[in-house]
Amino acid sequence: MKKNVRIVINGAEHRAEVEPRLLLVHFLREVAGLTGTHIGCETSLCGACTVLLDGMAVKSCTVLAVQADGRSVTTIEGLAQENLHPIQEAFWEEHGLQCGYCTPGMILCAHDLLQQNASPTEEEIRDGIGGNLCRCTGYQHIVNAVKAASRKMNQRQRAAARAAD
Amino acid sequence: MATNGKSNGKPKGNGQWVGKRFKRKEDPRLVRGISHYTDDIKLPRLAHCVFVRSPHAHARIVSINTDAARSHPGVLAVVTSSDLESLGMIPCAMQMPDLKIPPHPALAKGRVRYVGEPVAAVVAEDPYTARDAAEMVAVDYEPLPVVLDMEKALEKDSALIYQDFGTNKAFTHAMKSGDIEAAYKKADRVVKVRLLNQRVAPTAMEPRAIVAEYLPGENRLTIWASTQIPHLLKTQVALMVGLPETAVRVIAPEVGGGFGSKLNVYAEDGVVPWLSIKLGRPIKWTETRRESLLVTIHGRDTINYLELPLKKDGTILGLRAKILADMGAYHQLLTPLIPQLTALMLPGCYKIPAFDCEIVGVFTNKMSTDAYRGAGRPEAAYDIERLMDCAARELNTDPAKFRSKNFPQPKEFPYTTAAGLTYDSANYQQSLKRALQLAGYDKLRARQAAGRKQGKYYGIGMSTYVEICAIGPSAATPAGGWESGTVRIEPTGKVTVLTGASPHGQGQETTFAQLVADQFGISPEDITVIHGDTLAVPYGIGTFGSRGTAVGGTAIYYAVQKLKTKIAALAAHLLGAKPDQIVIANGRVGVKGNPKKSMAWGELVLSAYTARSIPAGFEPGMEATHFFEPSNFTFPFGTHICAVEVDAETGETKIEKYVAVDDCGNVINPLLVDGQVHGGIAQGLSQAMYEEMVYNEDGQPVTGSLMDYAVPKALHIPEFILDRTVTPTPVNPMGVKGVGEAGTIASTPCVVNAVCDALAPLGVNNIDMPLKPERVWRAIATATPPAAVTATKSSARTARRTA
Repeated sequence: MKKNVRIVINGAEHRAEVEPRLLLVHFLREVAGLTGTHIGCETSLCGACTVLLDGMAVKSCTVLAVQADGRSVTTIEGLAQENLHPIQEAFWEEHGLQCGYCTPGMILCAHDLLQQNASPTEEEIRDGIGGNLCRCTGYQHIVNAVKAASRKMNQRQRAAARAAD
Repeated sequence: MATNGKSNGKPKGNGQWVGKRFKRKEDPRLVRGISHYTDDIKLPRLAHCVFVRSPHAHARIVSINTDAARSHPGVLAVVTSSDLESLGMIPCAMQMPDLKIPPHPALAKGRVRYVGEPVAAVVAEDPYTARDAAEMVAVDYEPLPVVLDMEKALEKDSALIYQDFGTNKAFTHAMKSGDIEAAYKKADRVVKVRLLNQRVAPTAMEPRAIVAEYLPGENRLTIWASTQIPHLLKTQVALMVGLPETAVRVIAPEVGGGFGSKLNVYAEDGVVPWLSIKLGRPIKWTETRRESLLVTIHGRDTINYLELPLKKDGTILGLRAKILADMGAYHQLLTPLIPQLTALMLPGCYKIPAFDCEIVGVFTNKMSTDAYRGAGRPEAAYDIERLMDCAARELNTDPAKFRSKNFPQPKEFPYTTAAGLTYDSANYQQSLKRALQLAGYDKLRARQAAGRKQGKYYGIGMSTYVEICAIGPSAATPAGGWESGTVRIEPTGKVTVLTGASPHGQGQETTFAQLVADQFGISPEDITVIHGDTLAVPYGIGTFGSRGTAVGGTAIYYAVQKLKTKIAALAAHLLGAKPDQIVIANGRVGVKGNPKKSMAWGELVLSAYTARSIPAGFEPGMEATHFFEPSNFTFPFGTHICAVEVDAETGETKIEKYVAVDDCGNVINPLLVDGQVHGGIAQGLSQAMYEEMVYNEDGQPVTGSLMDYAVPKALHIPEFILDRTVTPTPVNPMGVKGVGEAGTIASTPCVVNAVCDALAPLGVNNIDMPLKPERVWRAIATATPPAAVTATKSSARTARRTA
């Protein structure tokens, strides 16, 4: 009954034989040992388990590991290179987290949002993170963090474009 | 963005770090996702536990058949109450004269009394197998009559949850002062209102989890748990499983929010360690969200009958309250305590000459209530602040003026209230004034008046709250109200701080580092705060009741003072000066007024360890511990103002403006205080608007998932405008009061007051929370508009017809 899957996580290939019912989030946490992806509800309502699947934000508690076979996943552990990603920096600077449990999912959701809309308005941010719950912050500092991240990323992009000219 | 118009009120010290919006030391690991919560803990041979839970609210257990589950491949054990004779009961820490404490076994014995009550535990090699096997446990139940409604539960013919008690009443508690009968006699009016404070679920984003590993050779039980009280949990688990306390270590790793729900000892906290001892395997249990909504404690759930006798000039003469508080089916650790906090804080920030309060605790077939952010104080603030608005309306006076008339003056502090508490310090007038300014109160009222002529329903709500924090003096708490702090300056000059507080999002690794950094003249980067490991940290109480900084921080402050004395003695010896001439600043220890006579911080500290030249009687090393016992609670306060527009046709409420002026005494890190206030307001506002734990007539929770239980999303929460006033407390040397619960306490009545104010022309006096559009619409539809208002009346009729 078990299936062989091959999933590239944060650039590294992981092969395993898994039950078809194994959730992607359990593959990430138990098979790949990456526990930065958290489980908050198991029903895709809280967003704590958000990861990027081929670059798009998905809730990994409602994706089966077999559905991710042959695909590429980015988890929170894979977002920072040597330095923090600008979204991570912004969450730190703007106090966009308290207990930190929703944070990985929130950051990856914000990543997806900023890929689609580099300069979202406050309303677009609040709407864009609507699938991710935070119980600590009242969202205001998270919204500030996403705004700050947008500014940082746009600035860096402009700087990179100037350097390329 | 938050505004911080006033000074941030730095506590005394060098002042380089305290008062700064300093980025949290916790965050780099958290934003990278490389830190560890309990469910992230992995151990060799780890087995997994799943609980079989009652689907009935009240039933006799006829039989339990575990054969199929036991023989399922991969299953290690299936246990029921008959296997757990050696496991102690789930503790309740409260003692009161007539309190009925029912036996509370970790797994149900003979009867189940709420949906979700654990009946059996299954242990298997992996969590999927454990879940499969749990479904194979066959339990035969015989349903019994269900008790849900508190008022019906107290009627003579009600079914009983505990036959032995002969009643569903858990306790009665009365509190009286002054002459209440005289107050009624003198009164021109008596304002009466019945308020419901609905049951809500704390819903920390990290569900509860526990990992237990028993090593028989060492006789050591190590527990990783998502808890706010590692030391208290250690003691209680030791008592439950029958190990000496010295054999138990509790570690609270990263904890993903608590809000009071993890200030408890649950069935799973006893069963999982017991299983680890019996099976000789490390065992993990992680709560699902459904379990979290069903069997992690709930908050609030009270019925409040309130009466306020007053003179027509607006002078309050007395306050009478009868409160029914739903305990649920069993007492958890502090269940019966919570409504007592309501009674204590019921007089709020007002001069009330006579007070008569009775609380009745009631058993029902639901999960236990217990401490949820604010714990009894949000209920008190809701009662008194709603009552103030009802009274102002009845007197046809402005609610701000009415409140102000009944405030004690700043010079009257310390002020003893009708409930017998002594409030430390306050300036309620200043806070109210600042909030009215910041909200543009007069303009809001003008717009409201203009709107009413056009059939628009603008409302302005306020609450001038006061809360009881820094819990607290030990004499007034069930399990000790002090806190421990240890400060160790390592030989290299780096500082380790050990705190008995157990932060789980509050950021005290940062604020405590800031506080110590100023005292020692070093950088917060050189300070590491350790918490949540009972083997590393001296016994402590934990983080709850807005006590972390005011009690835990103060313990550290005093430990630092002990070390400063020691440093001065050693430096005086080495530099040839007197101890009172020694100055500690900017990474150096030197003699006042003599720049040549000084040593580097590290050099001085190292000499305490090498101890080659120390003064007579000097104890080598650089470590001090202080157990701080506060002399009183602290009483933070403030004013919140909210402006709403209600659509009378749909019942929908839009929060247009939310202003909060809080006073938590001196502030160590304004950024973190803003964060606490934001989160607090969101939770209280959400109780007002969205959240409700609903049980159906059979006692089935119908809000058992996040699809049904309305934790607010970003779009549901408005932007907050913040400011602060600063009235330091004399209760501790740093003048800090606590801020973790302020927002939750203030915001609930503030929002409901605004909506009721908006609908005043329609004759709506009260709407029970949560103010969902349907409920608001119904309130409009059933209200009788006051005859005098004509323009608005006709539009309301239209609204009713349309809907």
